[in-house]
Amino acid sequence: MSTGDGRRRSDSQLDQIEELDRVTIRFAGDSGDGMQLAGLQFTNTSAVYGNDVSTIPDFPAEIRAPAGSIPGVSSFQVSFSSYDIHTPGDQPDVLVVMNPAALKAHLGDLPKGGLLIVNTDEFTEPNLRKALYAANPLEDDSLTAYRVVKVPVGSMNARALADSGLNTQQIDRSKNSFALGLMFWLYERPLDSTIRWFEEKFARNPEVRDANITTLKAGHNFGDTAELFPVRYHVAKADLPPGRYRNITGNAATALGFLTASKLADLPLFYGSYPITPASDILHELSRFKNFGVKTFQAEDEIAAMGSAIGAAFGGYLGLTGTSGPGLALKSEALGLAVMVELPLVVAMIQRSGPSTGMPTKTDQADLLQVLFGRNGESPVAIVAPATPSECFKYAIEAFRLALRHMTPTVFLSDGYLGTGSEPWRVPRVDELPRIEVKFAKDPDTFNPYDRDPETLARPWATPGTPGLEHRIGGLEKADVTGNVSYDPDNHDKMTRFRAEKIARIANDIPDLEVVGDESGDLLVLGWGSTYGANLSAVLRAREQGLAVSAAHLRYLNPFPSNLGDVIARFDQVLIPELNLGQLAMLIRSRFVVDAATLNKVTGRPFLIAEVEAKIQELVGSKVKV
Amino acid sequence: MTTEAAPEGPLALQRKDFVTDQEVRWCPGCGDYSILAQTQKLMPDLGVPRENIVFISGIGCNSRLPYYMNTYGFHSIHGRAPTIATGLRVMNQDLKVFVITGDGDGLSIGGNHLLHVMRRNVDITIVLFNNRIYGLTKGQYSPTSEFGKRTKSSPMGAVDTPLHPLSVAISAEASFVARSLDIDQKHLIATLERAARHKGTSFVEVYQNCNVFNDGAFMEFADKAVRADRTVRLEHGQPMLFGKEREKGIRLNGTTPEIVEVGNGVSESDLWIHDETSEDPVLSFILSRMHWPDFPEPMGVIRAVERPTYESLVQQQVDEAIEQQGEGDLDALFMEGDTWTVE
Ligand code: SF4
Repeated sequence: MSTGDGRRRSDSQLDQIEELDRVTIRFAGDSGDGMQLAGLQFTNTSAVYGNDVSTIPDFPAEIRAPAGSIPGVSSFQVSFSSYDIHTPGDQPDVLVVMNPAALKAHLGDLPKGGLLIVNTDEFTEPNLRKALYAANPLEDDSLTAYRVVKVPVGSMNARALADSGLNTQQIDRSKNSFALGLMFWLYERPLDSTIRWFEEKFARNPEVRDANITTLKAGHNFGDTAELFPVRYHVAKADLPPGRYRNITGNAATALGFLTASKLADLPLFYGSYPITPASDILHELSRFKNFGVKTFQAEDEIAAMGSAIGAAFGGYLGLTGTSGPGLALKSEALGLAVMVELPLVVAMIQRSGPSTGMPTKTDQADLLQVLFGRNGESPVAIVAPATPSECFKYAIEAFRLALRHMTPTVFLSDGYLGTGSEPWRVPRVDELPRIEVKFAKDPDTFNPYDRDPETLARPWATPGTPGLEHRIGGLEKADVTGNVSYDPDNHDKMTRFRAEKIARIANDIPDLEVVGDESGDLLVLGWGSTYGANLSAVLRAREQGLAVSAAHLRYLNPFPSNLGDVIARFDQVLIPELNLGQLAMLIRSRFVVDAATLNKVTGRPFLIAEVEAKIQELVGSKVKV
Repeated sequence: MTTEAAPEGPLALQRKDFVTDQEVRWCPGCGDYSILAQTQKLMPDLGVPRENIVFISGIGCNSRLPYYMNTYGFHSIHGRAPTIATGLRVMNQDLKVFVITGDGDGLSIGGNHLLHVMRRNVDITIVLFNNRIYGLTKGQYSPTSEFGKRTKSSPMGAVDTPLHPLSVAISAEASFVARSLDIDQKHLIATLERAARHKGTSFVEVYQNCNVFNDGAFMEFADKAVRADRTVRLEHGQPMLFGKEREKGIRLNGTTPEIVEVGNGVSESDLWIHDETSEDPVLSFILSRMHWPDFPEPMGVIRAVERPTYESLVQQQVDEAIEQQGEGDLDALFMEGDTWTVE
């Protein structure tokens, strides 16, 4: 996107400052160049400064490609602004490249006129060859459309650290900090938050700590003295709602949400999981929280992870497992068991590109139907889906609230983009959050394992250790009320309908779908999950252009909010953008018999605002109100 | 731990307290009946309150057992009982958890879980009903069926080499490994009791006759008439003697066991003295490979070593974390790292 219309110049004695309302920077380099770290530090500093921020990291495949090669390029994009933003930006305004491969991989995304900061030291003959350049792009005229700033980052960094006592290789590893320092100068950011971070991170390694701080400052000073940039830029604080904030990734927010659910329900949390990209961060986070009584279990496989969560739930604890697409496929039989035994547990499902192993580090929304239907028999589960990284916190809690109140496995459906992306999170106070009420069966005189709550149809939760409630559950069909094994045809029909109806009634317990924009109009852009930012931004722009377009975003995918049909009916058309080939669209079409339009993309990347905008234009662009 | 409490008086339960109202549905004559009976009989002696006992099973004829135990029970899915048991035990260490499995459930579809639960030493008792056949699905060969066994799914004979369940358990670091026989009631209940009292994963293989699909699988040595000659009762610290008159013994020649007649220059002290507590698993492993007809089948506790349980180590880390960092403060955790305030 453009840096906005709000450009304003203010000259000062010393340097020129240009005011911008939003800037998007992409750091790109080899996997070993520390681009994620540089990006994260830039993000934190901007967030603490008071900007709104949104980020997206782009990792190469897990197995490290040869240094300097195009598959080995890793990048981190951060967008920071003086207003409320919803995406990490379609295109970078600034591209920082640490080597030729990064230039090759990312230049296509930089708009003409964009600022290109190049580490010239890496543009050597062998590196150019690895990046498949026939000629050095810094020496021909292939970059004339961009504002190119050449900085010998490697050698400047080496000079700054000549006396550091580190060896050449260690010194070279700090060059990201030099580049970061330079970017801090260019955008008038303070260094203190990053310095503090180095002090903590490398507390036990003072040489590395000092080297990073030294070169960070050197990069900053270099900006001051080198006169490479005619202007510096300033992005004012954003007008966010009052409160305490921190920057948070979706997966970290997810882990905190589950931990908080444990506190709110006053039940210990058990997390059984098998490492899988991009869900492993949740395991890493939760295993740090042992002093909260959290028990994490790295299982031997995905099935065991699911089984262990069922065991914990059977015991009366918060049973949780987490995974991604291939792992969910393995868990599906056990998830079906959880449906049959009607125990409350949560599956955190962080989608990635499939099918099969697919592209583990890339994002997708193509597991909605797997989550909804991917089990044998009629096997309904509740599904919640956060829309932004910070929302992961809220919906992790919500997943447990629904699971516990309705005695059902619940899937928390996120994706790699949400999980690894970050944004400011307005930090709540624990005592502001509503408690989660939990009821255990206690009374032997009235207890029946498959009695049902008349309102929710939930069965009682009777846990081992409770005298007089000894009973048996299992995967065989249960007789209504007694829970004994039953092959009775009518009973099976009845129980199947109970299980379906129990999930359907959750609709009474969740908020209505909200519409952003007018309550009726020409077009409703309906989304779910991580497409939120692109959809909303595109709709807001279309509205500015006078189009009768509104947005609505589903956080509940099973059951749907009860007003969904009404909302859809108030619009002439509905557009469903998805990072799959039309899975929500299939559900909406069959459920509400509407001819929903679709926008689909499965590149492993999130939507650009412009892509959604173009589709809106295609559908209703001719209907501009005059 | 509640499992330790020796209940008297009000808790004096009897076998009938552990019988459910469900009709037992195994084929008449099935070895499962005896295992169920011994299990029910054992329960009152364990001294664990009934509500703290949990039976978890997978799929197979054996796995119906929880329905017949008036305790908490979970008849789960094929091969996965150890995973459910692990989650449950990690969270609640007051429970006495039994896993009921079979040769197909435990060693085929659930093989992976069986290995891992044993290496972790989760404090559960696993009873593996080995009938060397798939009974519930009506007669296919199993991972313990003999090489060449003809079944419905192997009309020309199975070409799969069978597993030795006890070897698997020992290799997987099980801290308690034993074998018993469905029809040897006294031995069975005594073995189950030792297993149930063991701290850590106890693994008991029970030779169980499936009289419908694999009748007499163990009869050659299990038959009362020949049992004394064709099995050897293992007793800790005792020489391995067998035979009706205890006239034969097992001697170790290096690591090779051999059968010897006692007397004529061979005294009991020359025999292999059974040491179930040996840290070195090699001797246990040798025992696990001894089978009729080359050797008498070893019966009893092969291995019983002490090792911290998985859940106690998990708990210990939680306790240590609390000790070192204090009880978790959620509000403080929320504010971890860089934070800022918008007025
Ligand atoms: S099929 Fe065999 S194992 Fe199963 S109940 Fe019948 S006799 Fe017992």
